[in-house]
Amino acid sequence: MTDLERHDYDVIVIGAGGAGLRAAIEAREQGLRTAIICKSLFGKAHTVMAEGGIAASMGNANEKDNWQTHFRDTMRGGKFLNNPRMAELHAKEAPMRVWELETYGALFDRTPDGRISQRNFGGHEYPRLAHVGDRTGLELIRTLQQKIVSLQQEDHRETGDYESRLRVFAELTVTDILKADGAVAGAFGYWRESGRFVLFSAPAVILATGGIGKSFKVTSNSWEYTGDGHALALRAGASLVNMEFIQFHPTGMVWPPSVKGILVTESVRGDGGVLRNSEGKRFMFDYVPDVFRGQYADTEEEADRWYKDPENNKRPPELLPRDEVARAINNEVKEGRSSPHGGVFLDVSTRLPAEEIRRRLPSMHHQFKELADVDITAEPMEVGPTCHYVMGGVEVDADTAATSVPGLYAAGEVAGGMHGSNRLGGNSLSDLLVFGRRAGVGASEYIAALGDSRPAIQDADVDRAAEVALAPFRDASENPYSLHQELQQKMNDLVGIIRREGEVREALDMLDDLDERAKSVGVEGHRQFNPGWHLALDLRNMLAVCRCVALAALERTESRGGHTREDFPGMDPEWRGVNLICTLDGSDAVQLRRQPVPEIRQDLLELFERTELSKYLTAPELARLDAGGSSTQQGSADGSDRS
Amino acid sequence: MSYDARFKVWRGDAAGGVLQDYTVEVNEGEVVLDIIHRLQATQAPDLAVRWNCKAGKCGSCSAEINGKPRLLCMTRMSTFTEEQVITVTPLRTFPVMRDLVTDVSFNYQKAREVQAFSPPADLQPGDYRMQQVDVERSQEFRKCIECFLCQDVCHVVRDHEDNKTSFAGPRFLMRVAELDMHPLDTADRRQAAKEEHGLGYCNITKCCTEVCPEHIKITDNALIPLKERVVDRHYDPVVWLGNKIRRRSS
Amino acid sequence: MPRTRASAPPGATEVSNVPFSGGVHAPGRARIAARTLREDRWWLQPFVTFVCFSAWLLYGLVRASLQRDYFVADYGYLTPFYSPCLSTSCVPGSTHFGTPFGEWPALIPFAALTLPFLLLFRLTCYYYRKAYYRSFWNSPPACAVPEAHREYSGETRFPLIMQNLHRYFFYAAVVISLINTYDVLHAFRGRDGGFGLGLGTLILLANVVLLWCYTLGCHSCRNIVGGRLNHFSKHPLRYKAWGLVGKLNARHMLFAWVTLGSLVVTDAYIALVSAGTIGDFRIIN
Repeated sequence: MTDLERHDYDVIVIGAGGAGLRAAIEAREQGLRTAIICKSLFGKAHTVMAEGGIAASMGNANEKDNWQTHFRDTMRGGKFLNNPRMAELHAKEAPMRVWELETYGALFDRTPDGRISQRNFGGHEYPRLAHVGDRTGLELIRTLQQKIVSLQQEDHRETGDYESRLRVFAELTVTDILKADGAVAGAFGYWRESGRFVLFSAPAVILATGGIGKSFKVTSNSWEYTGDGHALALRAGASLVNMEFIQFHPTGMVWPPSVKGILVTESVRGDGGVLRNSEGKRFMFDYVPDVFRGQYADTEEEADRWYKDPENNKRPPELLPRDEVARAINNEVKEGRSSPHGGVFLDVSTRLPAEEIRRRLPSMHHQFKELADVDITAEPMEVGPTCHYVMGGVEVDADTAATSVPGLYAAGEVAGGMHGSNRLGGNSLSDLLVFGRRAGVGASEYIAALGDSRPAIQDADVDRAAEVALAPFRDASENPYSLHQELQQKMNDLVGIIRREGEVREALDMLDDLDERAKSVGVEGHRQFNPGWHLALDLRNMLAVCRCVALAALERTESRGGHTREDFPGMDPEWRGVNLICTLDGSDAVQLRRQPVPEIRQDLLELFERTELSKYLTAPELARLDAGGSSTQQGSADGSDRS
Repeated sequence: MSYDARFKVWRGDAAGGVLQDYTVEVNEGEVVLDIIHRLQATQAPDLAVRWNCKAGKCGSCSAEINGKPRLLCMTRMSTFTEEQVITVTPLRTFPVMRDLVTDVSFNYQKAREVQAFSPPADLQPGDYRMQQVDVERSQEFRKCIECFLCQDVCHVVRDHEDNKTSFAGPRFLMRVAELDMHPLDTADRRQAAKEEHGLGYCNITKCCTEVCPEHIKITDNALIPLKERVVDRHYDPVVWLGNKIRRRSS
Repeated sequence: MPRTRASAPPGATEVSNVPFSGGVHAPGRARIAARTLREDRWWLQPFVTFVCFSAWLLYGLVRASLQRDYFVADYGYLTPFYSPCLSTSCVPGSTHFGTPFGEWPALIPFAALTLPFLLLFRLTCYYYRKAYYRSFWNSPPACAVPEAHREYSGETRFPLIMQNLHRYFFYAAVVISLINTYDVLHAFRGRDGGFGLGLGTLILLANVVLLWCYTLGCHSCRNIVGGRLNHFSKHPLRYKAWGLVGKLNARHMLFAWVTLGSLVVTDAYIALVSAGTIGDFRIIN
């Protein structure tokens, strides 16, 4: 039997970003003994990188805003592939989740009447993003962290122990979910510091591990984003949905090389920044797709008027959804109109006074000054697309965040479905809060129903998990760093922002090769804080997840949102109804199958005009809608005033 | 554009260690963290270092470079000459775990000792009303990325291990100030600042402000105003008398 | 698989078996022999501060004990070092506020009345505290450089707990600044007793303006005018005042130094004119 440290909890939350912390708060408030596990220190999760804000239709900036408009924007952004129930819950509950943050101590920027200020963002019809300058993610993570501390203080007053009901296990990596009789029984992991193994017994595990960006070369994601939750879910028997949809944020830094990929917030464009190519042209006007034609300005004059008077003017095309802007930039670069370091220019210096830029975009100003020695109040930035977010993820039930494995839950970026084929800016932070909380509730209901019959961990499973974790300490020649670099480069080149059948097939061959070589990865040294070993273990997760991405990218023969096939450039209504589901079979081989998208309820469909729906739905679907008998006119009158 | 730089990196653990010499390639636009990563990938695969966002936003990669507390990701190589030997050590105020990684649990302990935000009991979510001018001061302090460089540099604990029990450090005194200035916080934190968090230990020598990567004016905007608020409460007979009279007349 | 690091590998420049003791050598911390690894000239700033402050104190001491050359009767110039002069022992004309004290005891400088308050105002000033804790007391001399003392209790005990009285010295400093301002009005005088303006007038004026900038930029002042409020929005005028004081406060260090200089320049100029060493450069009358 392996030497290990044991813990007993009701719920284990893996990941301490926004979703994980919100889930843990909920679980603890529901009375469950909760453990939070994170790979980094507490409070360092990647959520801190979110800049723009939290989308919630509180209607503070424009009182016409309501959940229906937010729902519509989300569905449009996701090109109607969203799990409609998730999008509905998200739009309805986001305001309350934001207001809750204020009770935890968050200090958002304010409107003149003292409410939470809301800003414009790409794809959102109204100013909707609650924000704190351009460091909203930091505010979110710190607020939730401090709420956790406050709950621990309550426990301390009651029990004399801060950690009696809620404990954070920082710098601990989970390598396997353990099951018994098909249900979750616990989790196995190791302390990054000592390498010592830890076994958690718990009937419920909430995955909140974030994304997969570290599988790509140019990414805004940190080292933690190795798809751990996706892989843990796969190996536990759950399924992933629509992994082909990966959001490339249009504006990442392109220079200097060491920070390539780091995010430049969309607020730069929301606050007036414009994109220009090397010829000085505002090229985005050439890239407005037909489905958005009516909502975006045709001329620079009109676009410029919008910042002052959004009621009577159409929005500038720089604020198109992220996938459109990313593709446009990609195309400009490809056609030779790029900036010196292979991006395009994002200029706010000629659009706003220097003082205003420093006030509205302090961390961008700081970031460029410190990292690139560029003063954004005086010169344009150079930006290009960067892998930012994976829309796909663990398939979950909308209301409870439950996966198909009893006791296993997923929330936040690791969960799939909510954002369809493309996520709107600002919808991520609200997603974390809404579904983080729901996962906490879901887990507590599950545990209540379970009663005393908790699954017990099998010793053999523990030994097997330990064996797998120690495997890289073998006398073998493959260096995990070089394998990782190769994977990142190839994924970027072959399954990146634009995909072609041949290249994706090449990527799959490359994955075969890497899988083989991964078997002979060897690491030096000991188990204490050994980054080589950590990477070797993460690599296993990345390889599994990348295969899902590549298989799904090959299968979906259309272009939609975060999946662009050069050989199938159009959006195909037939594909709108199809989810691609990725699972592991008995021998741990990745399998892909098709599954219908959950139907959009009639009352939700009626929130859209029929002409808009006809761009997305198939003829039979439209016929069914019409047969539904209700008038789409009435639906659109309900809170809609789109121009 | 690239050159070979000379580095000394501290390798070791609580039992002891050495400043190990390395010669490593440096390219244009790189920061110290890039060089540490290059060392990991090429010469020292088990070199332990903490890092995360690589953009100065998470505050993980705190260390000391040529004796100064800094973020590895925000220290550009261009700030050194090509001849300069660059010495990288772990933070020297906290126990070392291995190589550049220290045990910063002191800070999490201190965070727990600061009484949480205490809003009015009957105020419902959605009903919070605060003016921008009233939240701005606390917002500045909430820019803190908790890199703990201020905690590391502060001589109160850096030079006096025994003060660690009675002194919260700049970061958490700033947290007390943040809450004390919060327009909706109902707790009076001045007594605690003095008695529990050791505000009096601060002799405002401003090193915390000097090392803050977020350029928060910790001393001028948080610590000194907090000291003055404590004076209001504990050392100012005029204010004390005024309060007494007002209470009596009202 | 586990590996020990018993001996120094090749390339190691310093094998560290530093004995544990205090400060950065406390148990558990990385065992690095050098107490600081700073290579820049960190000692320069505290050294310069030490020299300048010492020189200034010496100058002040000498001037305060001279008991002469503090007033230029022709133009009404009174050096701030001797203001207010309140006894019959003062040079005729220099007693802008009368002579409530009658004859002044022989061995006590006239400055004894106000100078202690001004010194205490600066001694308890948050900027000066930083400067002399670093340069005189080495606590610490510079950031990440070990301090010179084994024990440290900061400002929690007597005598340093008295630093909390700063605001009283601020109140005194305001009164003294008002007096200095009144003195400047007296300096707009010609030899004939009518309006006049000389270089001395301008120096006195500049000095008093700078003194106000220093005094009103005080951290205690910032707290009193508005900093202690939690709802600026309910006190718009005090918020405005707080903002203005904040602007001065951001330059508190600058004014702390500049006024040290301007005080010496003002006093020395008046001393030289008063002693007849130089004449005043007159602009009007």
